[in-house]
Amino acid sequence: MDWSQIDLRMVGALWNQAWQNAGITPPLLTVINWVVAAVVLLLVGLNMVIGLIWLERKIAARIQDRLGPNRVGPFGLLQTVADALKLLTKEDITPTEADRITYNLAPALAVFHVLMTLAVIPFADGVIGADLNVGVLYIVAFGSMGSMAALMAGWASNNKYALVGGFRVVAQLLSYEIPLVFAMMIPVLVAGTMRMNGLAQAQGQFGGLGWYVWVMPCAFFIFLAATLAEGERAPFDLLEAESEIVAGFNIEYSGMKFAWFFLAFFLNSWVLSAIGTTLFLGGWQGPFVDRIPALGVVYFFAKTMVMFWVLAWIRATFPRLRIDQMMDFCWKFLVPLALVLLVGTAILLKLGLPSPFDGLALLVWNLVLLIGGFWLLGKAQHRAVYASKRAFTPQLPRL
Amino acid sequence: MPIVFLILALFTVVMAIGTVTARNLFHAALFLIGAFFGVATIYVLLEAEFLAVSQIIIYIGAIATLIVFAIMLSRSMMGREAGGYNRFWLAAAVGAAALWSLLAWVLTTVSFPVVNQPVPADAIFQIGTGLVGPYVIPFEVASILLVVALIGAVMIARERHRQR
Repeated sequence: MDWSQIDLRMVGALWNQAWQNAGITPPLLTVINWVVAAVVLLLVGLNMVIGLIWLERKIAARIQDRLGPNRVGPFGLLQTVADALKLLTKEDITPTEADRITYNLAPALAVFHVLMTLAVIPFADGVIGADLNVGVLYIVAFGSMGSMAALMAGWASNNKYALVGGFRVVAQLLSYEIPLVFAMMIPVLVAGTMRMNGLAQAQGQFGGLGWYVWVMPCAFFIFLAATLAEGERAPFDLLEAESEIVAGFNIEYSGMKFAWFFLAFFLNSWVLSAIGTTLFLGGWQGPFVDRIPALGVVYFFAKTMVMFWVLAWIRATFPRLRIDQMMDFCWKFLVPLALVLLVGTAILLKLGLPSPFDGLALLVWNLVLLIGGFWLLGKAQHRAVYASKRAFTPQLPRL
Repeated sequence: MPIVFLILALFTVVMAIGTVTARNLFHAALFLIGAFFGVATIYVLLEAEFLAVSQIIIYIGAIATLIVFAIMLSRSMMGREAGGYNRFWLAAAVGAAALWSLLAWVLTTVSFPVVNQPVPADAIFQIGTGLVGPYVIPFEVASILLVVALIGAVMIARERHRQR
């Protein structure tokens, strides 16, 4: 079998041909194609979560020197299935004073906004739900709807912990959206397109290894930090800080409605990893992908899983930040860093240096900002720690 | 296409009516979000993706969140249903009717310059170059206005802090 002959778009052409042979022509065929693509994306997304939950629990367990789920099925693989069945059969409790419609709408909206984002993720060259010319903005738009879902859940539960969780949602998700968008704008500036597939195509130099992460590590760092906050993950899981506000905005939810929030959380993490892969890690690009297009799917999922693993790794090892530390980190560190990086990148691109030097200049600029930023952060942290130490022992000298 | 438009327009209008008639202020805000979303879908039908996505980012992501936040902070948590009408209802009705008739008159009499061509494929590129090219001054003026608003908000928040 000649592997180079397998083009994923060829499958689509065969599919269209089969329908046309059956007498179904373009207007109806387009509708059928959209529906089929939407259903496939939906099923892939929703079913993948079962694996993702198991994976994250296993990773966290190994990092913390535990075994993790290992009772149901081989390696505990069926643990999540059992959990899902349990959640399905649990009693569905709605608080008497809750706002019924909003209360029931919130979990649906939470899943909806993540599933909508799946439409613009390129799984391989041309294998994408809808290659919108505003792809990156589309992701930002539906990402911003996530805060709305948590806000609705927090308000409708008629519970003060849930409401505090709702307030934290606005504070955290809206704040971290700013560095996230700035970080996403930098690959867009360099590639000159907002199409998700175009962004992946732009990273095909050096035999499919010309990923943006090599030349813009600072932008990738900002993206990763903001992703942790947008994905509501430790060290930024303030919205559901068990030790402070019990469980945050989803405290009153039980059974399947809670499961929907849980599902949205894990799917959101995966989708954010997929976006990071497309923007910074080359998406489906990799060695020999120009000769064997089917390899793109393998590369894409492998890179996304690596990124998901990094997110799980951070979640399993870092302690939770305090709310003021979290806001300070965003507004006093990430936002200025992202702004300076964006302006500098725009100026560098305007200079129009010849081919190898533009990438090198970008890399130097990113490294300068990354190292300089961390140096300043370390200094400020040192000063803060010393000040708090001095508050208890005043005989210490001034810094 | 007309059927799709009719469904979306009906959705938007129902949401807009809900915004005005809902007795619970939080529900009114949610209906408003639905109306914003409906308008965004109509932009998609008009092949104005950038406008549609901007509508969702700005109106649902920012303005609606702000409105909901204001309601959550200023009202008691729930149960208190404000009436949809107060003593200004007649003035509001007259104002709305006047605005509606003005808009209807403008839309029916003015002939808008319409280019009978398909939407260019790189419309977003043209918007981008336009914003930093020929229209850079209006763009910067708008951003200065936003910075002024931002600094003003910070100053108001600070003032209260100092008095305490």
